[in-house]
Amino acid sequence: MQFTGYLRNDGRKGIRNTLIIVYLVECVHFVADEIAAAHKGSPVHVIGFGGCYPNQHADKVINALCTHPNVGAVLLLSLGCESFHKKQLLKNVAASGRPVHTITVQQAGGTRSSIREGCEWVASALRDMAAQPQAPMQINELVVGTICGGSDATSGITANPAVGKAFDKLVSMGCAVMFEETGEMIGLEKHMSGRAVSKELGEELNNAVLKAARYYTIMGHGSFAPGNADGGLSTIEEKSMGAYSKSGSAPISGLLKPGDIPTRGGLYLLDVVPDGEPRFGFPNINDNAEISELMACGCHIILFTTGRGSVVGSAIAPVIKICANPETYRRMQEDMDINAGKVLTEGVSIDIVGDEIIARIMDTAQGQPTCSEALGHKEFVLTYKSFEPAGPSCLPS
Amino acid sequence: MGTGIHKAIRLHPDDNVVVCIQTLQAREEILIAGNIATMANTIGIGHKLACKHIRQGEAIIKYGVPIGVATENICPGAHVHSHNMKSSYIETYLIQ
Repeated sequence: MQFTGYLRNDGRKGIRNTLIIVYLVECVHFVADEIAAAHKGSPVHVIGFGGCYPNQHADKVINALCTHPNVGAVLLLSLGCESFHKKQLLKNVAASGRPVHTITVQQAGGTRSSIREGCEWVASALRDMAAQPQAPMQINELVVGTICGGSDATSGITANPAVGKAFDKLVSMGCAVMFEETGEMIGLEKHMSGRAVSKELGEELNNAVLKAARYYTIMGHGSFAPGNADGGLSTIEEKSMGAYSKSGSAPISGLLKPGDIPTRGGLYLLDVVPDGEPRFGFPNINDNAEISELMACGCHIILFTTGRGSVVGSAIAPVIKICANPETYRRMQEDMDINAGKVLTEGVSIDIVGDEIIARIMDTAQGQPTCSEALGHKEFVLTYKSFEPAGPSCLPS
Repeated sequence: MGTGIHKAIRLHPDDNVVVCIQTLQAREEILIAGNIATMANTIGIGHKLACKHIRQGEAIIKYGVPIGVATENICPGAHVHSHNMKSSYIETYLIQ
């Protein structure tokens, strides 16, 4: 299975060629949105970090996203007094060969003149990006992440195991794939450690889940929303069983922290729960905060399963929505790429839905917009966190 | 409506609950473990019904694994949810 990708200087290939406008503090978020609004219809997305105080995690994620293979050019928007390491970021993006420019709003003369300068730069960068070299891309060069959002009790019996089947097939084809949300693996740590490629990695996986259980206990709230209960999920253990089935049955090759990029194919767990004592609140405040971290680990495409019915997409990486609940699918078809609920209503096998997911990944990689892309969704969320680097046994040697 | 066998499925032979594969209306009849049960309330797709007598303190088994503990005695055919079971890990947050 082969298609055409955008070849970047680091050898990675993208399936989209998007210009991103990056606000380096919330104070210039509006200015970023105005520049993007003036280019509606062009591949221009807004991402950013709202905080004024420095944060190593946010720095790592923003650097990873500005050099993501789906990104072709970067406009940095600074107010002028925030703490973000914008000079190093500018150097890193320039070194990656992408067109990049910084506008400092305090020096540019305020809102109107910054928007004017931004619009001029974006128009010229979009012309440069059209000349981006393309190259044949194999399916094993794709990195695919998965997340569930708005889960209900159908998620764990239709869409999630179907993603698990698709993951097994992608791993056998040589792709790097990743699952996350260790707060939804509570009670399953022993089973998951048993799937690790080494004993040492197994211990790391086990510890990641124990860390999540402790963290969420201190927060006083599991990774569980009232809508999950309305949808028939009674406990975090039950939700976890469903969520875990997205990982399929392949051996687990590594444990990533946000911003770590897998260097070879295989199944990875992304640890999204901060290390150390809780400092900045809930690990991920919503689904898009998780998607940002999957993208920072190089994911080209996100497989998003939902039972209750989420409508989100994302900046940078196309989101494929797989609807678990046939009743939700009937109500929200326009937002859903795949109806996994037919496992319940038509007796279609999980395996066939898994194949349908692979086919949709191929269509998306070839440029066909997903439902959320066609609807214009470009959500992005990034919050404060603190991480220790992943241990020596976490990544394949 | 279809027969009971098409309205709920048992995901694993060890399970003491079955899962509704369609929304069941109040007073609708469903065949569970060879007995006909009548729904007391409308139960949404994906929700659980007991397929055995479950005693207070006993584990609720779904997918062949414990997903929580019964907080009261539960009769076959009864809805199993946050009103009669709880997590063994982190309490479930509900909007009252």
